[in-house]
Amino acid sequence: MKLVNSADQHPVQSLLYMSGVTKSFDGFKAINNLSLDIAPGELRAIIGPNGAGKSTMMDIITGKTKPDTGDVKFKDTIDLTQHDEADIANMGIGRKFQKPTVIESLTVWENLDLALAGNRGIWQTLFFTLSSKQKDKIATTLELIGLSDKQNDTAANLSHGQKQWLEIGMLFIQDPQMLLVDEPAGGMTDAETMETARLLKEISKDHSVIVVEHDMDFVRALDCRVTVLHEGSVLAEGSLEKVSADPKVIEVYLGR
Amino acid sequence: MTNNSMIQRLFTNDPMGRAVLGLVLALGIIFPLCNVLAPEGSFFHISTFTMTLLGKMLCFAILALALDLVWGYCGILSLGHGAFFALGGYAMGMYLMRQIGDRGVYGNPELPDFMVFLNWDALPWYWMGFDNFGFALLMVVLAPGLLAFVFGWLAFRSRVTGVYFSIITQALTFALMQMFFMNKFGFGGNNGLTDFKDILGFDIQSDATRSVLVFLAAVVLCIAYFVCRFIVSSKLGNVLVSIRDSESRMRFLGYRVEHYKLLVFTFSAVIAGIAGAIYVPLVGAANPSEFSPINSIGIVIWVALGGRGTLYGAIIGALVISYAKSFFTTSFPDLWLYILGGLFVVTTMYLPTGIAGKIEEYRERKNARSQTEFEAALNASTSEVNS
Repeated sequence: MKLVNSADQHPVQSLLYMSGVTKSFDGFKAINNLSLDIAPGELRAIIGPNGAGKSTMMDIITGKTKPDTGDVKFKDTIDLTQHDEADIANMGIGRKFQKPTVIESLTVWENLDLALAGNRGIWQTLFFTLSSKQKDKIATTLELIGLSDKQNDTAANLSHGQKQWLEIGMLFIQDPQMLLVDEPAGGMTDAETMETARLLKEISKDHSVIVVEHDMDFVRALDCRVTVLHEGSVLAEGSLEKVSADPKVIEVYLGR
Repeated sequence: MTNNSMIQRLFTNDPMGRAVLGLVLALGIIFPLCNVLAPEGSFFHISTFTMTLLGKMLCFAILALALDLVWGYCGILSLGHGAFFALGGYAMGMYLMRQIGDRGVYGNPELPDFMVFLNWDALPWYWMGFDNFGFALLMVVLAPGLLAFVFGWLAFRSRVTGVYFSIITQALTFALMQMFFMNKFGFGGNNGLTDFKDILGFDIQSDATRSVLVFLAAVVLCIAYFVCRFIVSSKLGNVLVSIRDSESRMRFLGYRVEHYKLLVFTFSAVIAGIAGAIYVPLVGAANPSEFSPINSIGIVIWVALGGRGTLYGAIIGALVISYAKSFFTTSFPDLWLYILGGLFVVTTMYLPTGIAGKIEEYRERKNARSQTEFEAALNASTSEVNS
């Protein structure tokens, strides 16, 4: 995927660039001098024990939390710390929550319709009607996440795994440049986990994807570069084989 | 979708809404006609008291509809909607006060009675313009609308939600009540605005004028219903429901949640104000007790009993409870508060989705049954053919 910076047309070096980011809550450093660099089109897995700062990192990228210090840049130039959630979402960063968060009272189709890329103005939604192109887009997405035959079901009636897929589908149809996916395989069966890995790899063909995950089998199935977080900063980075052989990582994971 | 189907979507999947509106319109036409045309003592005569009661109930139904739009669909529980109703009513009341002219007790052509009583020598600036009906109508919309806009802007921008928002709306209406009770605030103190003589030149006490007002209340209720229905059946309606169910999901999808909330809250306040503006000429007074927090909580009970998030349920709830209140407070005045309290308990324990919820449940069951019956009949006929 080739991205071009809209301001001066030079190719984008890094889609997301974090450097020296620190965030404390009541003296506790949730994020400590964290640096991260995600290239356009990259699929990256982020692992780390509980409390390693994964969720806080996502909150900072998506504008929910402001860091105390450090740079967070999107497409080399946009300073994400200056924008709020809705702005950042419209710039092209989609986020999936750890707990599947779909709109339970609406149908699968309506959920995708809401997430569909497009104008989020009030009048536009009041008089909005789907074009045939957009209908096709929804149909393709339904196919991708394997919920075509459930399109008219209320989201509340989906299984846990199907809700996760629907939420990934909502992110996908938003057409972001980067997807942040928090523990997509949580609470899934083995078969569902592998299906989710396939889905994310499929999406990562045209989008950058950052996946936060505990499940090692799942991370292995993603087959991508891995970043290990520990106590708010990067402990190791590289292929899964490389990081899992790293003595520091083993110590953190297996305990002292 | 064409314009045609935009109109169509108002009527599809809404048989109950049509039924309730049909009833409202029928009552709104029959009651005034039977009051004015049928002679007193005739079997068909409807007393002015009963007709006015219907008119009041219809105004309450408009108010309930307004609350259902913000609470039922967008999850904003306002415990201060009575304030917007009262403001719209006061704006209309101020026009009616100016129409009294020199027919007041003190016969002062320039000032309303209560200002003469307070020894004021000139009309305060905020009473200017209310001689004009058009200006008063504008204020009916602007006063509640502006208050809701400013209040909502501050609250939603700071992400005040849930019970905290409810509490400050309650404080808002309470503060307004205190202000309107004060004589020096300039809106008639604890007597409010009253002794109205006429509206647009028509005697406000006459049966004919009241008949028109009751009919108008029914028509406005229908219009308000269709506007609300247009909103909730659009994609905007889905956005509102989604904000109610998962606000942060919507933010991360790129929706400006606070803008949506502000719009729907302001719009709802305007509808409430219009309801108040029909109510005041009908009952012949604008009273500061309309701002009382109890009134606003009452609206919530109407909507809860009728069924949130259905629009027609709010209308049913308002009609049923306000009729029950009128019946019990005249027949068994001591019992009413117990009954209201009991209703609230019964609703929360046994009718969490309200009357409308029960109706929908029944309809679904009926549909499912007719579906199975249809399939059974189909199977029977095919097996007949096969044999």
